[in-house]
Amino acid sequence: MVTTLAMPEPVAPPAAPRPVSVAPAAPVNPAARAVIEIDDVDFCYGASKALHDITLNIQERQVTAFIGPSGCGKSTLLRCLNRMNDLIDGAKVTAGQIRIDGVNIYDPRVDVIELRKRVGMVFQKSNPFPKSIYDNITYGLRIQGQKNKARLDEVVERSLRGAALWDEVKDRLHESALGMSGGQQQRLCIARAIAVEPEIILMDEPCSALDPIATAKVEELIHGLKKQFTIVIVTHNMQQAARCSDRTAFFYLGKLIEYADTRTIFMNPANPQTEAYVSGRFG
Amino acid sequence: MSAPTTTAAAIFNRSTPAKRVEQGAFWLLRLATYFVLLSAATIFIDIGWKGGRVVFQKQAPFINVPFLTEAPETLSVFEFDGKKMALGDRAFRQFSAAHEEKMKHVAVETYAYSAGGIFPNIVGTVLLVFGSITIALVLGVLSAVYLSEYATDGPFIRFLRLSIVNLAGVPSIVFGLFGAGLFVLTFKFGMSLLSGWLTLAFMVLPIIITASEEALKAVPKGYREGSLALGATKFQAITTNVLPYALPGILTSSVLAIARVAGETAPIMFTAAFVMRDELPWQGLSKWTDFFFQGVMALPYHIYNVASKIPQNEYTRDVQYGTVFVFLFTVAAIAMTAVILRQRLRKKYKW
Ligand SMILES: Nc1ncnc2c1ncn2[C@@H]1O[C@H](COP(=O)(O)OP(=O)(O)O)[C@@H](O)[C@H]1O
Ligand SMILES: [Mg+2]
Repeated sequence: MVTTLAMPEPVAPPAAPRPVSVAPAAPVNPAARAVIEIDDVDFCYGASKALHDITLNIQERQVTAFIGPSGCGKSTLLRCLNRMNDLIDGAKVTAGQIRIDGVNIYDPRVDVIELRKRVGMVFQKSNPFPKSIYDNITYGLRIQGQKNKARLDEVVERSLRGAALWDEVKDRLHESALGMSGGQQQRLCIARAIAVEPEIILMDEPCSALDPIATAKVEELIHGLKKQFTIVIVTHNMQQAARCSDRTAFFYLGKLIEYADTRTIFMNPANPQTEAYVSGRFG
Repeated sequence: MSAPTTTAAAIFNRSTPAKRVEQGAFWLLRLATYFVLLSAATIFIDIGWKGGRVVFQKQAPFINVPFLTEAPETLSVFEFDGKKMALGDRAFRQFSAAHEEKMKHVAVETYAYSAGGIFPNIVGTVLLVFGSITIALVLGVLSAVYLSEYATDGPFIRFLRLSIVNLAGVPSIVFGLFGAGLFVLTFKFGMSLLSGWLTLAFMVLPIIITASEEALKAVPKGYREGSLALGATKFQAITTNVLPYALPGILTSSVLAIARVAGETAPIMFTAAFVMRDELPWQGLSKWTDFFFQGVMALPYHIYNVASKIPQNEYTRDVQYGTVFVFLFTVAAIAMTAVILRQRLRKKYKW
């Protein structure tokens, strides 16, 4: 199932200045296909329902942002996409389907390990392992059995360059990753994720613990990464969603309220709740 | 007494009941701590002084080498030509042979274990500690990983945990009898290192399992999730990215376990410890597996014997204090290796 994107008409800037600045809409590839299809998904933590009837498609090589007030289920939905929620006792998708490249990822025949190699994740709290920078980057390949030193070296350089970190750390690859600054640590986690060459990268509030300069670097990085990867980013920072995403989904109380072009969501939302949220009146 | 009116009067140089109680409590706490310190110091100084005199000496090589390198011997005490003589087995036999005629009329008193040294006991205790701690660590860490990472909470797991906690409260003599019944008699391991290792290992398993579980839980969840998100299996995540960071904590528990294993007499006296054995563990083995099926002498059991099974006098005192001194030193040395290992690991995996 491939949905074609409805291209919104350019909207005139509103009369009153909005609290967020929106980058000019990225040229949307009309041939983009939906890599992730979320269909009528309900999700429960034990008896409490966290997601109600979510339906949305995520387009290939775009940045899709999930926004909404804290506790609305953004992380829950994100963690459904690489089945990290499997780790939580009693948590499960109770209705609907999530398909990646057309395959229902909750099918019992799906290999979760392989799925997670294809769908990488960057966490809210950056979690570099207490190992060297080199060992962090090569972790994913090493557990797959890759031992070839030349190949590992090459991946380290490529991943660190990909995460705009190479020049900063190339002289201390064998020092502990915990000696890096917070922003570098988060970019290292991104480098570690891209080292296993995933198709999709999920990011759960990747900048929530970073200062504005480090945040800007990560955002710039995200912008570059979407040439190669499909990115889903959860953020509570609306400016961030506005700056770096192509499409934005607004959630409230476990429901998807509105999903559209980022420009539309911020400039011309259809739903009054979205309007209230993006203009900072609640959340 | 009316409340002071100005701020200056209120804050300056006042003694209130609450403050006096605080002062009193402070002194009580301080005295309690000093009392504990004093007791500990008395014990250690007593052992250090009296035991140190046995183990160390004024002339070179300053250490009482025979005491540390020889087996216990029987001490023979007698009066010869108006001189008081105290000789160990071998020396006494030589002396008797040399003075055969005269010795016939001499009254000789003998005291068991009061001459010679305690080398086989040191060897036995070191072997018992390393063997049992190795077994306990392997079993304990595996169980802890299963309990904290794999088992899903349910009535059975709760029952299992309760049993483990209760195991910690079982008196050591019961472990000794259990080991004697199961390993020595039923499995026919006999009085042997293997029986002793297993019995001691079971005794400290609760300490190791509980502490290992805590150590595993203390590893940040992010490391586990980070591994899994990169496509690691659960087992890979645990072995490469959880267990290594928990090792320092696990080793802390093993320091406690080492002290218990080294010190307990009851579990080994029915399973592994001999009062007296002439060969050292590596002597007279017909095949290498025999190593595991031989009994050993051990320091705590030796202390028990020299302190309660032989007549008490000035000759036995030396061996008592000397053994206790060496025993404390040995335990401290083994515990130190665990501490150093932990420090190394901490440095390697800092988080
Ligand atoms: N592990 C969990 N167990 C039970 N409930 C949870 C768990 N994680 C999140 N929830 C609940 O699910 C809802 C959505 O949480 P979450 O997805 O973390 O929100 P968000 O990321 O949007 O802040 C919240 O009500 C939260 O309390
Ligand atoms: Mg969240």
